[in-house]
Amino acid sequence: MNAHQESESDEVEALVVDMCRQHDNAPAALLEILHDIQDAVGHVPQSSLAAIADALNLSRAEVHGVVSFYHDFRAAPAGTVTVKVCRAEACQSMGALTLIEDLCRRHGVTLGETSADKGLTIEPIYCLGNCALSPAALVNGKPVGRADVERVDGAIREARS
Amino acid sequence: MSAPLTIYVPRDSAALSVGADATAAAIGREAAARGIDIKIIRNGSRGMFWLEPLVEVARDGVRHAFGPVAAADVGALFDAGFPGAGNGHPLSLGPTEELDYLANQERLTFARVGVIDPLDLAEYEALGGLEGLRRAAAMKGAEIVEAVTASGLRGRGGAGFPTGIKWKTVGEQPEGRKYVCCNADEGDSGTFADRMLMEGDPFMLLEGMAIAGFAVGAQEGYVYIRSEYPHAIATMREAVRLWEDAGLLGDDAAGSGRPFRIFIRRGAGAYICGEESSMLESLEGRRGTVRSKPPIPAIAGLHGRPTVVNNVLSLATVPVILAKGADFYKDYGQGKSLGTQPFQLAGNIKRGGLVEKAFGVSLRTLVEDFGGGTATGRPFRAAQLGGPLGAYVGIGHLDVPMTYEALAEADAMLGHGGVVLFDETVDMAGMARFAFEFCQIESCGKCTPCRIGAVRGKETVEKILRGEDVARNIALVEDLCDVMTDGSLCAMGGLTPMPVLSAIRLFPEDFDKGRVAAAAE
Repeated sequence: MNAHQESESDEVEALVVDMCRQHDNAPAALLEILHDIQDAVGHVPQSSLAAIADALNLSRAEVHGVVSFYHDFRAAPAGTVTVKVCRAEACQSMGALTLIEDLCRRHGVTLGETSADKGLTIEPIYCLGNCALSPAALVNGKPVGRADVERVDGAIREARS
Repeated sequence: MSAPLTIYVPRDSAALSVGADATAAAIGREAAARGIDIKIIRNGSRGMFWLEPLVEVARDGVRHAFGPVAAADVGALFDAGFPGAGNGHPLSLGPTEELDYLANQERLTFARVGVIDPLDLAEYEALGGLEGLRRAAAMKGAEIVEAVTASGLRGRGGAGFPTGIKWKTVGEQPEGRKYVCCNADEGDSGTFADRMLMEGDPFMLLEGMAIAGFAVGAQEGYVYIRSEYPHAIATMREAVRLWEDAGLLGDDAAGSGRPFRIFIRRGAGAYICGEESSMLESLEGRRGTVRSKPPIPAIAGLHGRPTVVNNVLSLATVPVILAKGADFYKDYGQGKSLGTQPFQLAGNIKRGGLVEKAFGVSLRTLVEDFGGGTATGRPFRAAQLGGPLGAYVGIGHLDVPMTYEALAEADAMLGHGGVVLFDETVDMAGMARFAFEFCQIESCGKCTPCRIGAVRGKETVEKILRGEDVARNIALVEDLCDVMTDGSLCAMGGLTPMPVLSAIRLFPEDFDKGRVAAAAE
């Protein structure tokens, strides 16, 4: 570990300790704590697990088990813009699978992965509760209904600007 | 000086997904530029999503609808002076309440959704809010349970278990720490009623939870909301804060002399956490794996304590029952399916949205009269009822009345009230494959029939799609479905066979395409 990485992980540890304290170091608040960390850092760094385990009096294995169980938590940062496209039944009935293929081809990324320049992540999601305006997408948290390539690209441009 | 012109633009996330924020901003700009005094209220959605953004203008106490209003349409609407219907403007729809889609509904749970500013407590109270809670605060727990039991209310999450009986069990446990957990992990594709309600009338859910707390002697409530619903989470958090400030939650909740507090918790993208015991695990900060039953949560739920677990719609319906009486509520519906059900019309449908009707309405009425058929205009072929674990039905099912009993008789289920339409281009073998794939992605992994069965099922349907040994592989899928139905711990593995077997039963021709294609080569 070089000096730069070390100071970064110290920073993460301080943040984690603070966030756990805000939730009274309660093990039941683990999901909330992980969300807070990801909201602040962009992902749940491997280096944060020991600090969480320590603060909540859990084993590292328990914390890792929770992080890896839930689809939301990522071990590495996502792209600057994250596009989540619904591929559940209602959106499939309006062509979501074709939309996902078109988006991935156009931006040269594989579904579930981040582009080489770290600019874009396209991920599948299963229902955004916008099933009467299918297909549905979420671009950096902003909902896009009746999604097509143009509308999603417009939202990506907006998110970048 | 005259009162400002009141204009409603929804803040519901579905409305936002088609530009409601831009429309509201354009209305503000136009009004300022023209020197017109207006007040913009960001209401929930009326649930007519093909008309979103649906702008309403209040005039002489009547709300007039315009939609869909894009930001670019706003200038012309101001030029025309927001005229009534028939005066020529193509976006003018007439008085909102007189639109067929709304006028033909029986909105009890959704009475205020889309009508009020979701976070205006005074308006909530003026339209009947808090009446049920005030009644409940003066009643004994057992009396509240009795009223809910008499109303015939059944769990709206999908299982349809009588709510009053669940509460009775929790109420009868020895005094001490008890919980009310609201399951707002609405993961079923084709459903959005919970989301609409939390975004459009969040106080009603808090009111229902507080009443449940008084009924069973619980001191704390948790709302477990899926992370895919960021707007609902934000609205619910703000609603809780407002209720705490108003003294409706706290040590002396609503002047009852009893403590009750509510906490909002986020899910993390696991469909299985919509299963009640997985949700409880998740609320305790663990992996969302299913618990073996017994014990049932009513006896040993959150942190091992007696817990009421109810869906958003079940809890949000309780205030109406307390305010207007059990008899009022059970006058709606038929047989053992009493009251109303918020149906959600979704997928390939022309007029998708929320339709709250008494139980017993036919699928045809929902799909044709309300829904207007498919969005693409192609013939209707199939509908999936009750989410990804629900059965597919076809044209032959259109006249089945939507009740728990009639649907069970037709080998289908109501679930959370979602209706997803597909036109003739749908490949039902592909949908059967997807049902297994979804189970594979979302299985918690605890029991073998679900964890392994989903993978093997997907592989076998893929063989069928390639035309390999079709008859034998269909028999194998059917056999596998028996094992999953009988051997799974919860509905994830137990009901995945529903969409698979219904697709095979109703659309056998789709499972034979691979063989036909292979034979032709």
